Amino acid sequence: MTDKYEEQSAGVDTTAKSGGIVSSVVNWIDDRIPMTRVWNMHIAQYPAPKNFNFWYLFGSLAILVLVNQIVTGIWLTMNFVPSAEGAFASVEYIMRDVEYGWLLRYLHSTGASAFFVVVYLHMFRGMIYGSYQKPRELLWLFGMLIFLALMAEAFMGYLLPWGQMSFWGAQVIISLFGAIPVIGEDLTLWIRGDYVISGATLNRFFALHVIALPLVLVILVFLHIVALHEVGSNNPDGIEVKRKKGSVADEDKPKFKFHEYYTNKKDVIDAIPFHPYYTVKDVLGVAGFLILFCWVVFFMPEMNGFFLEAPNFEAANPLKTPEHIFPVWYFTPFYAILRAIPDKLAGVVAMGASIVVLALLPWLDRGKVRSIRYRSIWHKLNIAQFVVTFLILGWAGATPQTVFSTILSQICTVTYFMFFVLLYVYSKNEVTKPLPTRLTK
Amino acid sequence: MSNAPVDNSRRRFLTIATSVVGGVGAVGAAVPFIASWNPSERAKSAGAPVEVDISKLEPGQLIRVEWRGKPVWVIYRTPKMLEQMKQHEGQLRDPNSDEAQQLNSAKNTYRSQREEIFVAVGICTHLGCSPTFMNGGFGEKVEGTADGFFCPCHGSKFDMAGRVFQNVPAPLNLEIPPYTFLDDTTILVGEEEEVA
Repeated sequence: MTDKYEEQSAGVDTTAKSGGIVSSVVNWIDDRIPMTRVWNMHIAQYPAPKNFNFWYLFGSLAILVLVNQIVTGIWLTMNFVPSAEGAFASVEYIMRDVEYGWLLRYLHSTGASAFFVVVYLHMFRGMIYGSYQKPRELLWLFGMLIFLALMAEAFMGYLLPWGQMSFWGAQVIISLFGAIPVIGEDLTLWIRGDYVISGATLNRFFALHVIALPLVLVILVFLHIVALHEVGSNNPDGIEVKRKKGSVADEDKPKFKFHEYYTNKKDVIDAIPFHPYYTVKDVLGVAGFLILFCWVVFFMPEMNGFFLEAPNFEAANPLKTPEHIFPVWYFTPFYAILRAIPDKLAGVVAMGASIVVLALLPWLDRGKVRSIRYRSIWHKLNIAQFVVTFLILGWAGATPQTVFSTILSQICTVTYFMFFVLLYVYSKNEVTKPLPTRLTK
Repeated sequence: MSNAPVDNSRRRFLTIATSVVGGVGAVGAAVPFIASWNPSERAKSAGAPVEVDISKLEPGQLIRVEWRGKPVWVIYRTPKMLEQMKQHEGQLRDPNSDEAQQLNSAKNTYRSQREEIFVAVGICTHLGCSPTFMNGGFGEKVEGTADGFFCPCHGSKFDMAGRVFQNVPAPLNLEIPPYTFLDDTTILVGEEEEVA
């Protein structure tokens, strides 16, 4: 490296520039893009709280599932035919005639459900440890946008096999927009591109599912991580590991090298570098996850009709609705809220509000203490009832509508929203336990 | 920068002018992308009327035909079905068909041109599922009414004239398409001369 470029790049750190061919290649790259700097800043010298537990596995698992969806999805498009005439048959073709086509499809369909499993657990983690609270509001909002994009992605993907449930599920969801006053009917026509769900709808959903929404998802995930690394990770104790400069005694500082981007502004306490400590932990999580995931893929890919629904093994028939129609399990809690209200517009508004209200959590929770560990019994009970409510709604949305399930859904719709109302009320003057000054085990 | 010899008002004018013109251009460029989602000419022209032969239709039977991609029901209603319709009028949202879900020729008690033959678009006015015809088994949904339609998606209920019951999510009666009796046993669905 004695060319002119080296001389021009004054100020470049040259202390590490010695040794063999590997380091000279690294140096060559580092002079052109900030590879080592980004690696250190975000991986090798990123200060993460030392007390991450089981709940902190689901972020990296979500990335793993995203990669699985993208790779298997690309392979599926190689044999899928996005037309009303060809879609259903091409999926059968993938399942029966394409080598390992069944595996690619089951990885993709199971991956969709796995995505929601890890995302729901990831969101629940944020709720119990108050990870949405100041200064992580934007981080939470990016997460909610990811959740929205994921729901759109899953919904559009579900139309593609062109089975009975694909068709009628899409019919119901697109008709939701028809409840909007004045423009509703024209809007549904515009979304469908036809007077009914047709090949035109299938084709545009295919385009959105394989290109537009994955791009949006990847960009949002990038922003989610950028926002996370700017404010730093929360942890099960809900106290900051970045303290005011000069407030931490030298003997209390961790014996690790953290990137100066973090240590210049703040003192870091009770933190460990993300790599190798959490990369290794995440690999363990990945191994555990893959055991469960593969078990489903190989032994019960339909999950008794919850991951792949029975009516979807029949080609779409626009003249006949299946006797029982439900969305896939991950939409059933919201679907139950829609069904609970015997009014078209109010039902749609309630369902939309149930998601919007989640995004508003950072402002509805007026507490200063983040973690459930140090919050009041009321908060614990409220979160417990929210979990029960969510599970009951999920069950109610997946069963045929009866008087009992309707009343149950109505009660749970109330308790769902009560979670947020109560939180807003008691969090203002909540009696909490004293926070520790250092992270606990 | 601050003490550079810059004509700020000129810069501001150029920035605003460029932004406005560029903004108009961006909106213009968005038009084809948004408009291309509308139904294509081929989709619009696919709405031709269909002929239905009802010579083999038995009393109490329902047949489905496809018109504009939607299911259209043709039902031969029995005298018993017609009779029960008057009994539950108090439980309906719109018993007199005041909402414009039909042409004038079907704005009557039975919502049809001929009492016994019922023609309707079999699409729930809630979220677009196709309700199930419960021939004789509807009593479990509405007491005292033996026949009707039950939507499996969200539980909306309709009587044998497609009139919606109260306290269900569907806001409107089922749509009655325009149709014409070409002769006693043939119906043309999709075309009707409107008589005011």
